[in-house]
Amino acid sequence: MATVTFDNATRQYPGNPVPSVDKLNIEIEDGEFLVFVGPSGCGKSTSLRMLAGLEEVNAGRILIGDRDVTNLSPKDRDVAMVFQNYALYPHMTVADNMGFALKIAGVDKGEIRKRVEEAAKILDLSPYLDRKPKALSGGQRQRVAMGRAIVRSPQVFLMDEPLSNLDAKLRVQTRTQIASLQRRLGVTTVYVTHDQVEAMTMGDRVAVLKDGILMQCDSPRRMYDHPQNVFVAGFIGSPAMNLMEASVTDGGVNLGGHTVPVERDALKSAGKNVTLGVRPEDLELSDDGSGIPVTVDVVEELGADAYIYGSTEQKLLASTGETGGPVPFIARVDGRRPPEKGTVIHLKPKSGHVHVFNADSGERIGD
Amino acid sequence: MARSLMKDGRPRSPFSIVTMVVLALLWTIPTVGLLITSFRSRDDAATSGWWTALFNPLGTQWTTSNYQGVWSGQDFGSAFLNSIVIAVPATIIPIMFAAFAAYAFTFMNFPLKELFFLLIIAVLVVPIQVAFQPMLNFLGPRGLGISGQYMAVWLLHTGFGMPLCIYMLRNYMSTLPRTIIESAKIDGCSHYQTFWRLVAPMSMPAIAAFATLQFLWVWNDLLIAKLFLKSDNATVIVALQKLLGTQGQGQELLTAGAFISIIVPMIVFFSLQRFMVRGMTSGAVKG
Repeated sequence: MATVTFDNATRQYPGNPVPSVDKLNIEIEDGEFLVFVGPSGCGKSTSLRMLAGLEEVNAGRILIGDRDVTNLSPKDRDVAMVFQNYALYPHMTVADNMGFALKIAGVDKGEIRKRVEEAAKILDLSPYLDRKPKALSGGQRQRVAMGRAIVRSPQVFLMDEPLSNLDAKLRVQTRTQIASLQRRLGVTTVYVTHDQVEAMTMGDRVAVLKDGILMQCDSPRRMYDHPQNVFVAGFIGSPAMNLMEASVTDGGVNLGGHTVPVERDALKSAGKNVTLGVRPEDLELSDDGSGIPVTVDVVEELGADAYIYGSTEQKLLASTGETGGPVPFIARVDGRRPPEKGTVIHLKPKSGHVHVFNADSGERIGD
Repeated sequence: MARSLMKDGRPRSPFSIVTMVVLALLWTIPTVGLLITSFRSRDDAATSGWWTALFNPLGTQWTTSNYQGVWSGQDFGSAFLNSIVIAVPATIIPIMFAAFAAYAFTFMNFPLKELFFLLIIAVLVVPIQVAFQPMLNFLGPRGLGISGQYMAVWLLHTGFGMPLCIYMLRNYMSTLPRTIIESAKIDGCSHYQTFWRLVAPMSMPAIAAFATLQFLWVWNDLLIAKLFLKSDNATVIVALQKLLGTQGQGQELLTAGAFISIIVPMIVFFSLQRFMVRGMTSGAVKG
């Protein structure tokens, strides 16, 4: 068990003008579960592979514990990896698959057998130890891949989208199992996923990447409540946060004729326009006609809640009143009294749940 | 015919079954003809076709004298042994080296990798005949002085067989899931261990296919055997050719000899065919 440190770690593929991972700086604590998340091509898998030693580090350092592993080969890093496609050895039994690394390391047979059986018990694989991977279901193969990592008791677990090949139900189930297993074993874990729900539910901390650059690294709660920039705000949360251009007025931000109160100090540096973000659940229906007018296009009734998919006019310039055209708008309302399709409703953001971003840089303004 | 299901779940097709049976029979007929003729007397074989024996088995003079003739005549027995002594190493050696090379070309990075591979592909199109004179010089008394010995022929077959083998094996290995090799790396395997424990077992279908090809080619080879082996070391095929006199005498022995000579390749084929299965990597990765 150990800490993991990315110190300005950079990976640039030959022939590619932009680095795939650009000066990544993260410190992962001992026993922490860190999730890399981001859209495809954001460099999350590359970062993981750099830590595994499968990808060269062109600049910067990577440390496991106090050990600089930047130029060490994978086998000297004491890490175990679970691959997206499991990468089981097809001609070996489950037991041989799980014990392979120990066998290569020259651990004696009795000890291997013991550790494999322990891991198999944890993962409910005991009845399948003598089977070949091809005789297993997808979920069982996934568990064998996990078992292969556990048996080694490495300093760091690396997982590269280990759940993306499972069906939806099994994925949710396994998600919980992996998270609780990690807590129990207490092994530092770095996990890569493109699924932000997975990231939010599993991670102690979540690191959002975009185009090889770390956008924010925080606890899921903090990430959700205080997105550092427009990208994180739009990426984390489902349905996504409503983001729109709005003009700065006295005492707040003008949105579709409605003034959303925002601290004056915060707006000082913002200029004339800002990007305003409100989560769908932070909106309330207003009865008195004040608030943001939204034309309802679709109502998704989920029982307890209903999601309204609609659009609103955004005002670009307060002075001229010129509109920037309709922008999509999503709101969560009480599922028992959803509005009709085609009607115009007025929504008010709950106070203190409004996010304001600089219109140019996309950085968060204020707290 | 009931439309039952095949092993892989597809419905059985009566048409393809009939076609396969007909083709199999058609392909077997020459071998059956050879077998029957080899048991007929010289006069019979000279005057009528082998199928007459099939329709009139009692009126045929069955004889095993052809086989006796083959075994007693020249040193057919030792030629048979020579063939095995030549064919087995001449199959194993090129595959050994080619598999190592294919692994390196597939999974390792080294300078000029592409150029080397291109050279090997280029060698594929060079005819063997071109190399005979330089090889006779190289292996003969003026060079290594091993011409005429087994070693010379092993080397030649290794040299001529390897380019195709490297090419085939590399193509096969590049279809193996790359994550398995990466997983092995993380599990602490050296290249040597990765090759022996993972890549070689997973490449068995390709290795078996090439082993069969190479064995057949070496076993049936006359050109290299004639040119580079002294008569003590002659192979079955060379011996077969010698059975036939210049005036066509010994024709009846030829059929018996030919039948003896195909037994070993058949054994090789049937023992290797079970390795030539698809789906050797199934279950490794999620499709």
